[in-house]
Amino acid sequence: MIIELQNIVKKFGDLTVLDGISLSIAEGSVVALVGPSGGGKSTLLRSINLLEIPTSGTVAVDGDSIEFRPNVKVPTHAIRSVRRHTGMVFQNFQLFPHRTVIENVTEGLVTVLNWPKARARERAMQLLEKVGLAHKADVWPSTLSGGQQQRVAIARALAPSPKVLLCDEPTSALDPELAGEVVDVLADLAREGTTMVMATHDLRLASSIAKSVIVLDAGAIVEMGPSRDIFTRPQQARTKRFIASLAHDGVSGGEGI
Amino acid sequence: MPHWLTLMIDSLGSLLWAGMIFTIPLTLLSFALGLSLGLAAALIRLFAPAPLAAGIKFYVWIFRGTPLLVQLFLIFYGLPSVGIVLDAFTAALIGFTLNIGAYTSEILRAAIGSVARGQWEAAYSIGMSWSQAMRRTILPQASRVAVPPLSNTFISLVKDTSLAAAITVPELFQAAQRIVATTYEPLILYIEAALIYLALSSILSALQSRLEVRLNRYGGFLEARS
Repeated sequence: MIIELQNIVKKFGDLTVLDGISLSIAEGSVVALVGPSGGGKSTLLRSINLLEIPTSGTVAVDGDSIEFRPNVKVPTHAIRSVRRHTGMVFQNFQLFPHRTVIENVTEGLVTVLNWPKARARERAMQLLEKVGLAHKADVWPSTLSGGQQQRVAIARALAPSPKVLLCDEPTSALDPELAGEVVDVLADLAREGTTMVMATHDLRLASSIAKSVIVLDAGAIVEMGPSRDIFTRPQQARTKRFIASLAHDGVSGGEGI
Repeated sequence: MPHWLTLMIDSLGSLLWAGMIFTIPLTLLSFALGLSLGLAAALIRLFAPAPLAAGIKFYVWIFRGTPLLVQLFLIFYGLPSVGIVLDAFTAALIGFTLNIGAYTSEILRAAIGSVARGQWEAAYSIGMSWSQAMRRTILPQASRVAVPPLSNTFISLVKDTSLAAAITVPELFQAAQRIVATTYEPLILYIEAALIYLALSSILSALQSRLEVRLNRYGGFLEARS
């Protein structure tokens, strides 16, 4: 298993956002985390690369494992060693505005992995070609559309060859057409066997690209299974309600529910 | 040639000389040291444990809340009473540095805080450490916010160095005072001194504009578009 979470609890003060979640994700899986807003899917996703530090529980990615306990500080190097197996795509892209498109992609390679600049540029150009933006390599991110920015962000996340690509609502800040181009890029990656975990409201991502779906509500897993089954034969009432609300929303890449 | 013009030209050399060997070095040195101190203070305020941050808050409170002239007097005339004797230039340098450090720490604290939290997360997500994120991602973006107010502080400093005259530093303004003492022409000499300060701050304003153009070259801040 490339990702193993055991009994993850996350509390913000008195509020329990994740209530003892355990799951394992095999290499090559494409998993969608779905569920109502505030259900904990984003927090769960961010616990995998430790942008959110669990209150307790164990996180293991590609064999690097950390056990968290309340009020025990985990050393930064341990956190970074888990995190280096992951890449992340954010809802609001979060490109570095002061770096050009290609510099955004080379930044991790040059600064963190100490690659020589020429080699990093070569790798970055391959990735930009893959997301269809090689011709924009030397422009500032502020000149790109949202969809283009998100595709650059995907290239940036993939640059250090992470084992897992985490996507936090990758299409929800985008108009449907622009979301479409991001969905297409993610679909390609899924076909190539990239391990992906996506928190999403986007029905296209959840039902057609993800092979399995985990439904989260109130910080707990309601239901999980192959995406076809979850969307056509949901077992739990809460899942049915949630899917009905998505269908009502239409097949849009747009706003959440 | 009118008398005032002759007088101005005759005294120009000594005023410029005083400016070159005292005013400008004092300005540049105390700004560089003060800015480093201000950055350290801002980072402590933002990221260090509460007692350290409280210490910095106290320092800023003292040095922003008391007159610069009084600070200079305390350092140069006051400290010898407890056995610390400094030459005038060193005393001025220490006073200006501490004062600039207090003001710039607040500017930098606000500028660093203005960079979106998501930028930290993006930097961490590609594997950066805290210091790499700070150096490569946060500070470059904070600097664009900080440059206009830092330039204000810098320009004020050029003019404030004239206060060093009061603790016997023979800088530009004191040079003018000395010429006034022999020529009895305060109006002409002080206008001349004022014009030199004006020229110095105009040069700095021009440099500020060029720096801002460079820092703004990457266009608007990135925001989510929907």
